[in-house]
Amino acid sequence: MKQVSNRKVYRFSVLIILCALLLGSMIISLVFGSTSVSLVDIWHTLWSDELTDAGAQIIWNIRLPRNIVAALVGACLAVSGAILQAVMKNPLADPQIVGVSSGAGLMGVIILILFPGYDYLVPMVAFLGAMGAALMVYALAWKNGIRPSRIILAGVAVSAFLGSGISALLVFFGDRVQGALLWMVGGLAARSWPQVEVLFPYAMVGLALACLGAKRLTILSLGDETAKGLGLNVEQTRFSMTAVAALLAAGAVSIAGLIGFVGLVIPHILRLIIGNDYAYLLPGSALLGAFVLVISDTVGRVAMSPIEIPVGIIMAFFGAPFFLYLLRRDG
Amino acid sequence: MDQHNSSPLTHSSENRSTISESPAVTVKHVSITLGERQILHDISLAIPKGKITTLIGPNGCGKSTLLRTMIGHIWAHGRDNISIFDKSLNRYKADDLAKVMAFLPQSPDIPKDMTVEELVYCGRYPYQRWWQNTAEEDRTVVDRVLDITKTNHLRDQLIPSLSGGERQRVWIAMALAQEPKLLVLDEPTTYLDINHQLEIMELLKRLNEEEGLTVLMVLHDLTQALQYSDYMAVLQDGRLITSGYPQDVMTEDLLQDVFRVHGSVDVSDKKGYVKITGLL
Repeated sequence: MKQVSNRKVYRFSVLIILCALLLGSMIISLVFGSTSVSLVDIWHTLWSDELTDAGAQIIWNIRLPRNIVAALVGACLAVSGAILQAVMKNPLADPQIVGVSSGAGLMGVIILILFPGYDYLVPMVAFLGAMGAALMVYALAWKNGIRPSRIILAGVAVSAFLGSGISALLVFFGDRVQGALLWMVGGLAARSWPQVEVLFPYAMVGLALACLGAKRLTILSLGDETAKGLGLNVEQTRFSMTAVAALLAAGAVSIAGLIGFVGLVIPHILRLIIGNDYAYLLPGSALLGAFVLVISDTVGRVAMSPIEIPVGIIMAFFGAPFFLYLLRRDG
Repeated sequence: MDQHNSSPLTHSSENRSTISESPAVTVKHVSITLGERQILHDISLAIPKGKITTLIGPNGCGKSTLLRTMIGHIWAHGRDNISIFDKSLNRYKADDLAKVMAFLPQSPDIPKDMTVEELVYCGRYPYQRWWQNTAEEDRTVVDRVLDITKTNHLRDQLIPSLSGGERQRVWIAMALAQEPKLLVLDEPTTYLDINHQLEIMELLKRLNEEEGLTVLMVLHDLTQALQYSDYMAVLQDGRLITSGYPQDVMTEDLLQDVFRVHGSVDVSDKKGYVKITGLL
């Protein structure tokens, strides 16, 4: 009895610590940049109504919104990855690896290039693309049940297929790629309040739905037969939670482009720390994902200043070796 | 006390007359084809309520498939001809079914990071609603089933750290937390040594006698099937060969015709046993 409540206390404290880390990272990222701003100035800027000087402008119109976008994107991708890993019964699932991001990307590029007037549709269309890709991977990998290796292979195939679609569009419409290219590279440069406004509702709805489904994901992790025996509608859970994962990934992709490995690495680190109970794993993934993306973006801005390294590159740089490590460990 | 320990054989004989009344599970004319292969041929069977029933048969005879079909995990032609406690399988909502029937697969996935108590709490899932606080009732039930299965001392251990026998008792505890009237098990003793096999069989017998639980399972060991079941069904090549009381069903002819071995069956003793002497 005692030990279990200790487990609860422990898991809860991990969440609190993650909250603190996220807050700390956001403050750090407000301070550092091409011009440093003092903590006192930040404090005044956040609580005053007017933007008095250049420093305040930088804080309020550049760094703060970018920070928020980074945190939301990180949270969305990490939770999306955690859900996909549960639904596809695969520790290597991640929105980019299983093709969900490419699906969102392709649809986004189609809108940006072929229907440039309808930018506001990007998140919604990206969601449809993400969902379509997830279903395609699922259907391709389904043969008397789901086997982890088949998911990855199907995901790579679908990802490559959709990626070639993106490349083809960029080649055929070379004159119009400017906007799309910026978006495709994946990064948070020039993301500000308008992007926050677009992403925020997607992220909140997605994260809330994810947390509502946490119990079902935990039951699903006991295996299909046991889950069915417990009265869980397994196929419906798979479908609805895939939709939630696609929603989260699409939201993130439509704002920040294709950022890989967040959805893979973050849930894994957290599984090691907090365990497999999705009631803790999902909020934890959201917090840690937000933290990592905020820090990575700050490093990207500061490391080679004045040149900015897109956060997607930083994530791939650290994420790819981790992916190989998992691949070797899980065999 | 002596009465209580009476063999399941005599137990069943005494209650012969009640068996046909209102079965726990009824299957009428069910067939299953997977791909080109027909796995079950027109099976009709009634599983008596409040008894221990075993399905036996050689490997690949379709007994596991029949078990899964009866509980709705495999979609069958004529699925509306399967009913559980006099209600068609089609008319159950998933969570309502989980409240009357629990299923233990042959080799369930082992959760890496879950304590015994957390796993057994999962058995309360069909009763939990996000708008309802069921914590107190859940706790009472979980405490009770941990006691019944003698796993209370393990409640804080992680599942992977348990021995095979302990793990099986814990899975049964989780199933019992569903407060089912019918417990369905697929070869519950397969990966256990003989001591733990009997431990599980005794536990199931105790649950049947003391809690009135209906037990339906697939078993490999013929002696165990003979000793512990009240009712028995034999499958071969997807067909129901025979069903009835163990002492009637388990014969030397059956060993030869279905299992392709020579052997003798002794049911004169209270317990009864099957002795296999060689290949046919």
